[in-house]
Amino acid sequence: MQSLRLRSALLSTLILLTLLGVWYLATATGSVAAPAANLTPEQLEYARMMGKDPGVSKSGGFPTPAQMGATVWGHLSNPFYDNGPNDKGIAIQLAHSLGRVALGFLLACGVAIPLGFAIGMSPLLHRALDPFIQVLKPISPLAWMPLALYTIKDSSVSGIFVIFICSVWPMLVNTAFGVASVRRDWLNVAATLEVSPLRKAFLVILPAAAPTILTGMRISMGIAWLVIVAAEMLVGGTGIGYFVWNEWNNLSLTNVMFAILVIGLVGMGLDLLFGRLQKAVTYVE
Amino acid sequence: MWSEVPAQGLAGAVQAKEFGVKDFLKIEQLGKTYQAGKPVFADVSFTLDRGEFICIIGHSGCGKTTILNVLAGLDQASAGHVFMDGREVVGPSLERGVVFQGHALMPWLTVRQNIAFAVKSRWPEWPAPKVNVHVEKYVAMVGLSPAIDRKPNALSGGMKQRVGIARAFAIAPKMLLLDEPFGALDALTRGTIQDELMGIVRQTQQTVFMITHDVDEAILLADRILLMSNGSEHEGIYTPGGIAEVVVNPLPRERSRAGLHHLDGYYALRNHIVDFLVTRARAH
Repeated sequence: MQSLRLRSALLSTLILLTLLGVWYLATATGSVAAPAANLTPEQLEYARMMGKDPGVSKSGGFPTPAQMGATVWGHLSNPFYDNGPNDKGIAIQLAHSLGRVALGFLLACGVAIPLGFAIGMSPLLHRALDPFIQVLKPISPLAWMPLALYTIKDSSVSGIFVIFICSVWPMLVNTAFGVASVRRDWLNVAATLEVSPLRKAFLVILPAAAPTILTGMRISMGIAWLVIVAAEMLVGGTGIGYFVWNEWNNLSLTNVMFAILVIGLVGMGLDLLFGRLQKAVTYVE
Repeated sequence: MWSEVPAQGLAGAVQAKEFGVKDFLKIEQLGKTYQAGKPVFADVSFTLDRGEFICIIGHSGCGKTTILNVLAGLDQASAGHVFMDGREVVGPSLERGVVFQGHALMPWLTVRQNIAFAVKSRWPEWPAPKVNVHVEKYVAMVGLSPAIDRKPNALSGGMKQRVGIARAFAIAPKMLLLDEPFGALDALTRGTIQDELMGIVRQTQQTVFMITHDVDEAILLADRILLMSNGSEHEGIYTPGGIAEVVVNPLPRERSRAGLHHLDGYYALRNHIVDFLVTRARAH
C-alpha cells in the first residue's frame, strides 16, 4: 500500500516532468533566428518592411515554461491588487467567482433539498413534477442567460441565477431518490416508536439519505464551477471567467494559461471538500 | 392430544390459571387479500393472555409476517380486527415493541444512540442522564456493554439482533412482536440468544408473539404454538391459508435448551409439528 502510493507519486512526477520537457522543447525551437549573414542590406531592409525581421526573435507566440513561471509568480506574489475594472488580482477575481457560485449553490440547496424531500416522500408529487424535471434538466444553463438578463436586468444576479438553475437538478433528483429509497425497516422502526414527522425527517430520513444527497451536491458543485467560467465570459465585469476572456483580448496567453490552471485547482479543491463531506455522512450497513 | 380448534375455550381455561389477564390480545377473523377472491389467509382468530409466549409457525408465503405487521399496526388487514387491552389496534404504537427480521438498526448511530433514539421516543421528557442510565441498563441486559459505543457494522449478526431485542425491551412495551429474529443467525449464536431471550421474557413477564421457522425454537420458547397453513387451490376450489391448529406446549415452563430433548413429551410434540409442516401445512 505504502509502496503503491510512493510509486504512483513517482510516476505522476515523471509525467509532469515529461510534459514540461515537451513544452520546453516545443517552444524553444520557434524562437531560433534565421541566419541573416548571407543577405544584402537591401534584402534585409525589404524583409524588415515586410515584417519579417530576421535579426529579432519573434515574441508573443506560445509562451515558454520560463515565461509561464514568471507570470505565475507575478500573479501569486500580488494576488489582491485592484487597478480598476480591467486589472484586478487573481484572488479578487476568484473571490468574485466563488461568491457567485456559493450564492447560487446555496439558493439551489435551499430549493432542491426541501423540494426533493417532498418529491421523495410523495409518489403523487413525484409523478406530477417528473415531466417538468425531465424537460428542464437537460437545458444548458447558459441558454437561460438571455432570459435571465432580460427579466433580472442585472448581469451579476443573472450569473447567480444561472448557477442556481444548473445546481438545482442533480441535487433535486438525488435528494428525491435518496429519500424515496430509505429502507422500509428504518421507517417501520420510526413508526412503531411513534416518532413525530419532523423528528422522523431529521433523525431517520435525512441521515439515511445524506450520502445520496451529498453525491447530488458534489455533482452540482462540479457543474456550477464549470458553468461560472462560461457565464462570466458572457456577462463580463469580474470573476475568473471574465479574466480569461479579458486576457484573450489582450492576447496574453500566459495569463490565460495561468487562469486555466487556477480554475482546475480550485475545482479540484471544491470537489475534495465535498468528497470529505460525503465521507463524513456515509455509513456502512 | 394437545391440539384444539382455534378459538375454542378449553386451552384458554387452562391458560387462565397460569397467566394474568385473559384475552389480553384478541384477533378476530383477520384476513388479507391481495388478489380478489383469493385471500392469502382468512378467518384467523386467536387470543393471547398477558404474559403468554406464542409462536407462529408455517411455510413461507402463508402470511405470518403480514399477521405480525397487522398486530404491529404497520399493515392493514383486509378483514377482521385486532384488540389489545380492550382497544382496537389501528396503527403502530409504543405499546407494542417490534424486533425486526433484519435487526433494522440505524447504521449511522452507535448501539447507545440506537437504543437512546427509542428511549427518547418513549419518554421525550426524560433528561439525557436518565436516558443514558436506562440505555446502559438494557445494553447490559443483553450483555453488550463493551460494545455500546460501536456502530452496527462493527457488530456480528448475533450482536446486532441482541441490540434489536434490547431496543424493543427498552421502551417497556405491553407486548413484544418478534419477526423471525434469529433467522439469519448460525445455530450456536441462535441457541445462546434463545436462552437469553427466554430468561428476559420470564423475568419481565413479557407477552410475546413470535414468528419462527424453527420447530425446536418454538417448543423451547412458546406456551402455545400456532400452526399455519398456506392457501391452496384444489380442483378449482380455493382454500385460503389460516391457523390450522393451536398446539398447547405440555412441557414444564421452566425448561432449558440443553435439557429440552430429555423432557417427556418432547419428541411427540416435535413429531406432531414436523408432520404438520411436511404433510398438512401446504395442501396440494
